[in-house]
Parts: sequence; C-alpha cells; structure tokens
Amino acid sequence: MKDSSILFPGAPADDGTDPAAPQTIEHPAPRTRRQAGRVRDWIARHPALAAFPFVLSAALLLWEALVRWQEYPVFILPGPRTVLRKALAMAVDGSLLRHAQATVIEIGAGLLIGLTLAFLLGYWLGRSRTLDRILSPYLVASQTIPVVAIAPLLVIWFGSGLLSKVLVTTIMVFFPTLVSTVVGIRNVDPDLRELMRSLRASRRQLFLKLELPGALPVIFSGLKLSVILAVVGAIVGEFVGADQGLGFLINLGRGVLDTPMIFVAVLMIVLLAQGMYWSVTLLESYLLRWKQLGLKDGD
Amino acid sequence: MTEPLLRARNVSHTYSRRNRVTPALAGVSLSVQAHEFVCVVGDSGSGKSTLLRILGGLLAPTSGLVQFEGNTVRAPQPQIGFVFQNTNLMPWRTALENVLLPLELRKPLADQDRERARAALALMGLGKFADAYPSQLSGGMAQRVTLTRALLQSPALLLMDEPFGALDALTRERLNQELLRICHDRQQTVLMITHSIQEAVFLADRVLVLSGQPGSLQGIIPVHLPRPRTLEMLTRPQAGALISEIRACLATGAEQAARQ
Ligand SMILES: Nc1ncnc2c1ncn2[C@@H]1O[C@H](COP(=O)(O)OP(=O)(O)OP(=O)(O)O)[C@@H](O)[C@H]1O
Ligand SMILES: [Mg+2]
Repeated sequence: MKDSSILFPGAPADDGTDPAAPQTIEHPAPRTRRQAGRVRDWIARHPALAAFPFVLSAALLLWEALVRWQEYPVFILPGPRTVLRKALAMAVDGSLLRHAQATVIEIGAGLLIGLTLAFLLGYWLGRSRTLDRILSPYLVASQTIPVVAIAPLLVIWFGSGLLSKVLVTTIMVFFPTLVSTVVGIRNVDPDLRELMRSLRASRRQLFLKLELPGALPVIFSGLKLSVILAVVGAIVGEFVGADQGLGFLINLGRGVLDTPMIFVAVLMIVLLAQGMYWSVTLLESYLLRWKQLGLKDGD
Repeated sequence: MTEPLLRARNVSHTYSRRNRVTPALAGVSLSVQAHEFVCVVGDSGSGKSTLLRILGGLLAPTSGLVQFEGNTVRAPQPQIGFVFQNTNLMPWRTALENVLLPLELRKPLADQDRERARAALALMGLGKFADAYPSQLSGGMAQRVTLTRALLQSPALLLMDEPFGALDALTRERLNQELLRICHDRQQTVLMITHSIQEAVFLADRVLVLSGQPGSLQGIIPVHLPRPRTLEMLTRPQAGALISEIRACLATGAEQAARQ
C-alpha cells in the first residue's frame, strides 16, 4: 500500500489491501543473485566505507614502494612494516596503552568541562540578547589568541600534570559548541515558542520539549568540531610539557630519533580523532533520525 | 440572552517597537456565545491575528478588556485551544506525538491517551499517518494534525487563525466541511479568522467584519442559513445577499480608512 512505503522507505509493500494496486506476484530471485543485489545496495548506501579498503591498501603500497625505491634510512621514513612492528612491540610492553590512556583521559575531562560550560553559557546567551551583546565581543576577541601560544603559560601556572592539559583541551572545545548552542537556541521556531506559550508550558517543559530538540541539529555541527579540537588540544598541551601521552611520545621520538614511534603515535591520534568524530556522527544520526525520513527533495 | 462565553470590550492594540508605532486594532467589542461558530473576516493587515492573540491571552491589549467565562483574560487559558495561521508542528515528533503534546504538558501520558489520540487522528482521516513525521505529510494533512491537536484538549473555545489559508481551494473546501461536521457533533464553540467571505458565510452563525488600519469592527452579520450546511447553499440568493452585504461592509471600512 502507498503509505507503508512512505513510513518505511524501501520497505516491501504490505499485503495488497489497496484494491487499486495491481496484483503482482513476486518470484523469488535465485539465491546468489539476491545476495549480489544486497551487496550492491550496501555499496550504494555507503560508498565511502566500501571504497576504504582499496584506498587504504593503495596508500600502504605507495608508501612501501617509496621507501624501497628511495632507500630512506629508518629515522627519515620507516616503511609500513617497520611501523607495524613497532606498534606491536609497544602494544605488548603496554606503553602504547598507557600513553593513549593518558591522552584519552585528558580529552575526556576537557570535553566534559568545556562542553558543559559551553552549553550553559550558550543557552544563557541564546536566551538573552542583551547578555549576548555585552559578552560576545570578548568571547570573539578571546578566539584571536592562539591556544598554542598560551599553552606554555598554562603549564607554568598549573604544572605539567593533568590539569594544564585538561585546561588547554577545555579552551579548545569551548568555542565551537558555545556558538552552535547560541545559534541553535536562537533559531528555535518562534511559532513553536508561541505554541508552547499557548499551552502554558513551564520553563522546564519549554527547554526539554522545544528548545533542546529544536536546537540539537545546530548544536551537533559545533559538537563535531569540538571533539576533533579536543584531540588537538590534548596533544598541544602534551607537546609543551608532559611525561606521558601520545603528544609526549612524539616529542620523545623526536629526541631519540625513533621515527617509527612518532608514526605509531600519530596513527593512534588519527584513530582516536576518527573514532570520536564518528561516534558523534552516529549519535547525531540516531537522535536526528526524523531528519532522514522526509520525502521532500533536498532533505 | 445568556452570558457569553467570551467577551471583548473596547479592545485596542498598538504595536510599538523601536520608535515605530503601528496601531493594529481600535475599539473592538464583541462576544461569542457558547456553541456558536463565529467568523471574523477582514483584509490583510486589519489586525485579525492581533485580535485572536488578544482574545486567547497571548497578547495583552493596550487598552480594553477580554473576559472568558466571566473572568478577565490575562494569560493563555487551559480552556482555550488554538490553531494558528502557520502550521506549527514539531518536526521531530510524529503526528501522534504532536497531537499528544498538550496532554503531555499537563500530566504523564497513559496508554488510553495514546489510544484516544490515535482514534482522533483516524477520525480526521489520518489513521495511517499517525506515525509519520511532519515532513512526510502534505500541507492539508499537517493542518489537520494541528486541528486534531487542538480538539483533543476538548477546549471550551477554539480560536482559529486562517487555519486552511495556505491550502488550495479544493482541500480547503473539504476541510471546511469536515470542520463543520466535527464542530456540530461536539457543539464546539469556535471563533475563526478568514479572509474568504464565502468561507465565512459557509461556516458561521455570525460574521464579524473587521476593516481598516487600525482595524475596527464594521458590522456583525448573522447568517441564517440552515444546518447542516452544504456547499450548494452558497449558490442560493440568500447567501448571495449576505456575501454582498459583507463585501459592502468591508468597502465602507476601507473608505473610512482612506479618508483619515
Ligand atoms: N509583532 C508585531 N510587531 C509590530 N507590528 C505588528 C506585529 N504583528 C503585527 N503587526 C502589525 O499590525 C498590523 C495588523 O497585523 P495582523 O497580523 O493582526 O493582521 P492580519 O489581519 O492578521 O493580517 P493577515 O490577514 O495578513 O494575516 C499590521 O500592520 C502589522 O504590520
Ligand atoms: Mg493574520
């Protein structure tokens, strides 16, 4: 019937209760052909994912070829197999996990503090135009200070322990989420605000049932930027002064000319950032699944 | 005559924003009896939406008084339901969840509320679309959802601001017929704004004519067509006379406005 396909795009039509619909008899396709069709469907839906193994293999081959052809010494450019061996060795002796864990803790704490502050202040600024007018110039001005430049100060003030890294990360993640929260709250449909008023919704209900879901699509765009910047923040903090973490590993590798170790650390950082980005994207597509259902073009 | 359900006395409103003052309404007095269907017609900018928002307690008038069931209206009332000019459904809620919103704000939902909402949607011909999101509905369906949402609260008074204004003529005609049937069954008191004279004559027991800028009441025209109404009645001479009378009323208002 017509509407079952509207509600569940791609779902099979249910039993023909619609007398207008022509009777179709479905012949099951041969098993192999059906499976081939399913694979093709999956590829069509996730082209990037399907292409990834090929891109990865090509990149690795190219890398290996370059190293063999130019015969670089290991401390200039190690080959992929050398890096893999190093990674395995570091995984076995536990150092990889220990350093990655340190970085993850910094990122986690920085995100927790930075995002909480950004949501609270963002909500506040989004609700009050006067406050926004007063505070915005300072907030924007603060963004012209490069975080890399003040990271050493933070280390001087707060020591080379966890706290200084968490602070650098907090500063990094704060702004994108702040801006997107302000914009999101401000863009909540005024007609829906009036509806909530006509229904005599309380402040709490207004927030939970309208402002939060209404602002979420915009907030997510800032959130995605923030989680990537969180990784950058933690690494920058570790560069300046630390005794553990992936950023520290890079510093250490440079000092002792252990280039494979630098590669391992960089790869871990990339994996970490990718993992966080895709987690947020997954969460987004789950929470905003209503956005994907529209029939309208361009949605 | 019994005490009216809703009464406005000498209501005026002037919008002022950054040194710009816009007079929108001037000295409007009206009353709506229980179980009555009243239409307000007027051209664009004559303050119809302003009047509706004042009557519903969403906007405080600059001067004048609104009384609902004998009490002065100062804020939105639980007994007054709205259907607004723009379709205002929450895009992240399904049709059913949108319809349930007003109940949800009052108390935790019970299963029977959901069943009732589902039944109400089915009654409006939206049974199959209860779990569809607003982006999956046509304009007519979406506006029927807002109407269902308003009716499910069983309001004593339903205020509607050109509910079908954005729809095509055919859909509009059909929805008007449905609306009449439902309001008749429930003996619903309605005050509805429209800019279509025909629509007003088709639906209303009384038509209030608002005209000019600021808008003022130019006349109150009772419609004595029998119920249940049919579209065919609009072709009767009696209806034709009413339509001309309302049109004349609108014209006088426009003239007065031009003279000032
Ligand atoms: N929030 C507002 N601030 C300032 N002026 C307003 C506001 N809302 C309406 N007005 C002005 O008040 C006048 C009446 O507006 P209103 O929306 O009540 O008209 P209307 O009769 O509903 O028109 P339409 O048929 O186009 O909906 C208009 O001149 C409009 O510009
Ligand atoms: Mg209007």
